Amino acid sequence: MAPAVAIVDAGGANFASVRCAFERLGARAAIASDADGLRGADRIVLPGVGAAGPAMALLRDRGFDQALRSAGVPLLGICLGMQLLFATSAEGDVATLGLLPGRVEALPPAPGVRVPHMGWNAVATVGSTPLFDGIPPGTQMYFVHGYAAPQGVDCIAVATHGATFAAAVQRGTTFGVQFHPERSAGPGARLLDNFLRVPVP
Amino acid sequence: MLSRRIIACLDVRDGRVVKGVRFEGHRDMGDVVELARRHRDAGADEIVLYDIAASPRGTCADPAWVGRVARDLDIPVCVAGGIRTVAQARSLLNAGADKVSINTPALERPDLIAELADAFGRQCVVVGVDSRRDGDGEWRVRSHSGDASRMRALPRRTLDWIAEAQERGAGEVVLNCMDSDGTRDGFDLGQLAAARAVCAVPLVASGGAGRAAHFEAAFRVDADAALAAGALHDGSLEIGALKRALDGAGIRVRLT
Repeated sequence: MAPAVAIVDAGGANFASVRCAFERLGARAAIASDADGLRGADRIVLPGVGAAGPAMALLRDRGFDQALRSAGVPLLGICLGMQLLFATSAEGDVATLGLLPGRVEALPPAPGVRVPHMGWNAVATVGSTPLFDGIPPGTQMYFVHGYAAPQGVDCIAVATHGATFAAAVQRGTTFGVQFHPERSAGPGARLLDNFLRVPVP
Repeated sequence: MLSRRIIACLDVRDGRVVKGVRFEGHRDMGDVVELARRHRDAGADEIVLYDIAASPRGTCADPAWVGRVARDLDIPVCVAGGIRTVAQARSLLNAGADKVSINTPALERPDLIAELADAFGRQCVVVGVDSRRDGDGEWRVRSHSGDASRMRALPRRTLDWIAEAQERGAGEVVLNCMDSDGTRDGFDLGQLAAARAVCAVPLVASGGAGRAAHFEAAFRVDADAALAAGALHDGSLEIGALKRALDGAGIRVRLT
């Protein structure tokens, strides 16, 4: 049977397009509106569009914060969802899920560097990771964000917009991508398919 | 390094792509999903769906067909047309749109920009600016430009409005230079450069796209993206060839 992907409704606006992207890959995908909705899922995806503070408040209200910390299945955070994996965020100065150490910071403004970082940018992997199987170094993915995680110990790919930041992270079976694979054409679909193939621990 | 984007704009009515000449005699070009996919396959970096029927009908773009496109496409989708409230924007974003673009409603009620940015983040909020050079040489905005009989010239200066829209939370500005719109003689570079100087968020050039050299010129004045409609639809401009030409000229693009 196709893997069942639970997509966390963190109040953001992009969970519909994330679900469509998994369905295009033949996966069964369902939106989870509370922690109960994660039961039985083989994979969990934490998408996110919006701000860290309201998103964390919503995750706590719906019991997701505890459930995500003890999920036991592969987890993929997308965009804000990746940022929420870290310990804290400078956006609203809030404590986030703390699955990864580190603090998310605002992208620093610089001459000719527009924030939000919006558009297709090259992603370079750091070492090898199953998430980027079959995706050549330098492949362009679609980004839309104003905050980013620094290149920490869990960084598996980087991108540069003024500064260089973590474009993807991995710790065990917890993954995060700062770009939007659901909107990154063929390479994005490949990445989501790779995520579906990560073995359940 | 970030690529410069090529955006394909589709005028849509009731889920069908239409093409008009001077806002009249709209001709059916085909189903919106099919045409959006064609532009995606050709290498478009983003699709804008403009519901031309929404404003005249006093409604907003229809989430039903927006959802059909968003389910099918795997590149970003922006929706425009009659969006006046957070609830309307939410229905479109929940249908799968990535961004909403507002124009006349933002001019009528500038608070709408901040309301949308607060609800969804500024990266979801695009402000479209229709601009024309007046007799005194000043660029000023137009409202209701989707309907020739209702179009209004406003006293607001284009550059002031771009600055204000950003201040209020716009995450991107589309500058549609009406004097060059439809001419295929190139973007209004003077106006784009002036807009760039006051615009710290992504700036999209619109109006006048005809040849690859026009796009190159727009990117040389530092537009982040350029939008094309007519020249793409009639096949006189092909995105793959356009991007190869830009790449050859040293402009960074996404080659597919």
